[in-house]
Amino acid sequence: MRICNACRYCEGFCAVFPAMERRMEFGEKDLLYLANLCHDCGECYYSCQYAPPHEFAVHIPQTMAEIRRQTYSEYAWPGALKGLFAHNGLALALGALIAPLLFMTYLYAVAAPGVFFGAHAVADGAFYRVMPHGAMIAVFLLLGIGVAVAFAAGLWRFWRDLGEPLATLFDGKAMQQAIVDAMTLRYLDGGGEGCAYPDEVPSTARRTFHHLTFYGFLFCFAATSVAAVYHNLLGWQAPYALLSVPVVFGTIGGIGLLIGPVGLMWLKIARDPETQDRKQSGMDTTFLAMLFLTSLTGFLLLILRESSAMGVVLAIHLGIVAGLFITMPYGKFVHAIYRSAALVLNALEKRRPVKLPVGEI
Amino acid sequence: MDPNQLYDVLIVGGGNAALCAAITARQAGASVIVLEAAPKHFRGGNSRHTRNFRCMHDAPADVLTDSYGENEYWEDLLKVTAGHTDEKLARMVIRQTSECRPWMRAHGARFQPSLGGTLHLSRTNAFFLGGGKALLNGYYRAAERMGIEIEYNAEVNELNFRDGRFHSAVVVRKGFTEVVRAKTLVAAAGGFQANIEWLRSAWGEAANNFLIRGTPYDNGHILRLLMNQGARTVSDPTQCHCVAIDARAPRFDGGIITRVDCVSLGITVNQHAQRFYDEGEDFWPKRYAIWGRLVAQQPGQIAYTIIDSQAMGGFMPPVFPPIQARSLRELADALKLDPQALERTVAEYNAAVRPGKFDHAILDNCSTEDLQPAKSHWALRIERPPYYAYPLRPGITFTYLGVAVNERAEVCFEENRKLDNVFAAGEIMAGNILGKGYLAGLGMAIGTVFGRIAGEEAARRAHA
Repeated sequence: MRICNACRYCEGFCAVFPAMERRMEFGEKDLLYLANLCHDCGECYYSCQYAPPHEFAVHIPQTMAEIRRQTYSEYAWPGALKGLFAHNGLALALGALIAPLLFMTYLYAVAAPGVFFGAHAVADGAFYRVMPHGAMIAVFLLLGIGVAVAFAAGLWRFWRDLGEPLATLFDGKAMQQAIVDAMTLRYLDGGGEGCAYPDEVPSTARRTFHHLTFYGFLFCFAATSVAAVYHNLLGWQAPYALLSVPVVFGTIGGIGLLIGPVGLMWLKIARDPETQDRKQSGMDTTFLAMLFLTSLTGFLLLILRESSAMGVVLAIHLGIVAGLFITMPYGKFVHAIYRSAALVLNALEKRRPVKLPVGEI
Repeated sequence: MDPNQLYDVLIVGGGNAALCAAITARQAGASVIVLEAAPKHFRGGNSRHTRNFRCMHDAPADVLTDSYGENEYWEDLLKVTAGHTDEKLARMVIRQTSECRPWMRAHGARFQPSLGGTLHLSRTNAFFLGGGKALLNGYYRAAERMGIEIEYNAEVNELNFRDGRFHSAVVVRKGFTEVVRAKTLVAAAGGFQANIEWLRSAWGEAANNFLIRGTPYDNGHILRLLMNQGARTVSDPTQCHCVAIDARAPRFDGGIITRVDCVSLGITVNQHAQRFYDEGEDFWPKRYAIWGRLVAQQPGQIAYTIIDSQAMGGFMPPVFPPIQARSLRELADALKLDPQALERTVAEYNAAVRPGKFDHAILDNCSTEDLQPAKSHWALRIERPPYYAYPLRPGITFTYLGVAVNERAEVCFEENRKLDNVFAAGEIMAGNILGKGYLAGLGMAIGTVFGRIAGEEAARRAHA
C-alpha cells in the first residue's frame, strides 16, 4: 500500500486509490475499508509496473479479496455461523436441497389428500390451498426478520471497526451518493471503457451481468412487494394473471436472474487465474446458483401452475427462496452490505478536509 | 517469427516508440515484426514506468487545461537543455504532439483527467489512465489485432548489413539463434543505462554506485551495433535522466516509487556531512532532474536529505521509511556520519536562516544569508526533533547518447554513407532533442512522434 501511495498511477481507476492517498498509514481499519471499497475489477493489476514477477510483487486485487473474505466471515452474525463462509458448498446443499425437501415434506403432510398432487386452475388462492397463507407469511416473515437482524448486526460491527460513529452511517448526502454509486456500479467502468475483467482487455461484461443480476433481484423483490399489497390491502389472492403487475415484474426480474448469474459465472470461469481468489469461488458460485435456481423454479411454477406438478414445484420454489434467505448472511450477498457501507464512508471522506501533502511528480 | 519471410519492417524494441512505429507501419500496409528482448511481463522498456505525455495545445482540450503553445514548450526545453538540442527536430516534435492524442486513443491509449497530487501538471501534460504499462497494454492489444507479429524474449545480437543497407538481424530466443530478414529496420531499443560496463567507461568507478531506475533490458546493444556501422552520435555518454532516488531502492527497475520529494524542504549533505548545493534553488519539478548528477559527483555517490518534524508530512510519502532519531547526534550515528560535522553544518545553516513567511507553493522569502552554498527558498531551521533522513543515490532512468537522425527518422551515418533503410525512434535517438536535463513527459513525446514517423517512413521505403 505504501508502494501504491508513492506511485499513484492507478488513481484514475476507482475510489480505492484516491482513498489511499488520503492516508499516510495503513492500519487494520484502513485495510478493512479499502478492501471493501475495491470492486475487484483487475485494472490495477494489469497496469501495475510492480505486479509479479516484479520483485515488489504488488497484487492489489488478490490482497483485497483476501481481506474481504476475512471481513465477511468475521462480521457474520451470529458468530457461530462464521464457518459457513468456508463451507459454502454445504450452504448450497442446505439451500437448494434440504429446504425444498423440508417444504415438500411439510406440505405433503399438511395438505388435504389430493391437493398436493392435484391439478389446479388459476383460481383465487390456488397456492394457498397447498400452503396456507398464514403459514407462508409466518415462515418468510421469520426468515426475513432473522436475515435483517443478521445484516444489521454485521453492518453495525463493521461500521464501528471502521472507526465511525453510528450517526455518520445515516448521513443523508453520503447515503445518497453511495446509493447512486452502487446502483450504477460507478467504479466498474474503468474510466469509461469498462474493466479488465475477466482478463486484461477492458470490457463492460461484468458490469452488464451484475446489473442484470442486481436489477433482476430488485424486480423480483418488487413483484413480491406488490403481491403483498394486492393480498393484504386489496384482498386479491395469488396466483395472478400473466399480465398482472407482480407477474410482469417477476418475469422481467426472473429473466435478469437467469442471464445475470450465468454470465457472472461464465466470467468467473474465464477469469485470468492470476487475479482469482480461489478460496472465494465456493461462496460466489453458491450465491449465483441460488439466484439462478430461484428464478428457474419461479418460471417453472409459472408454467406448471395449472398442472398436477404445481404442488411439488411450489414447494421447491418456496424451499429455494427460503434457502436463499437463510444463506444470504453467510454468503456472497454480504458484499452488498459492506461495499455499500464503504461507499458511504468514501462519500463522507471526500467531503472531509484532508491535510495531506500534494506531490510534485 | 518466420525465417523464410522477408518482412517489410523489422522493429527492434518493445516500448512506446517501437509500438507507435509498428502500428503506423502496419496501417500503411506493411508486414511488421516486433522483437522485444524482455519477457511479456516486463515488455515495454521504460515506457512501463512513465505516466504522461507533454503536449502542446492552443486551447483547453479534453484532459488538458488552459493552453501550452509551441514557444512556451520550446522555451522550457531550451532552459533544461541549455541549448543541447536540435531546434528543427525539437519544434517538429513539439508541433506534432498537439495532434497525437486522437491517434493514441484510437489505438488503445486511455487518458485520465488529472487528479490529486498532479493537478498543476494538467496544463502541460496528458496523463495515461493507469500509467505507462496500461498504455502499452492498449498498444499491444491494438498491434495484435492488426496482425503485427510480436516476439518476446527476442534479443537481437547482430545486425547484418549488405551492400551498404540493412539486410537482416540475428535473434536469440529461448537459446536458439534465428535470422530475421526485413526490407527496413526501425531501431527503438532504448538507451544503454542497464549496461554498467558502458556506464563505467563514461563515469568511472562512480558508476558502481548508480541505481538503474529504468528497465534492466536496455543494454545499449543496438546502439552499439549502429555505432559500429558508423552511425553518427549525439549527446555524450554521461548525459542522462539522472535523479536522486532513495539509496535503498533495488538495483534495477525501481521506477517512480524510488523518488524522494523532500530535498527542497531540508538540507542535503554528503558523507562528510557537508552541504553541496542550494536545495531551495527553484521548484522541485524544475530541480528534480539535476540532483542525480549532483549526488553522482559526491564522494561515494551518496547523500542524505535531513529534515525535522516541521517538514515531515509536507511531501509525497516515499515508499521507504525515513531514518529517524531524537537528536542530530543520534541521526549522525545512524547514518555513519561524523556527529560533530553534522551538528556544525546544521548549526551554521540554522544561524544563517533569515525569518520569512514559509510557503512551499511559491518561491517564498525564507532564505539563508551569508551561507555557502545558500538555500534560496523554504529555508526553515532544523531544530524540532525528531529528525529524519533519507539516503540518496543517483538513479538513472535513461541515457542520452544516441544516434543522430533527420526529420524523417533516418539514422545519419558518417562520411555521408547512404544506408537508406535504417530508422530510429525513442530513447535511442532522444538525445537529438534532449541532450541534457529533462522535462516531464518529453521522452514519451519524442517516442510517440518519432515512432510514428519512423513507422510511416519505413513502410514507404519497404514499398518503394
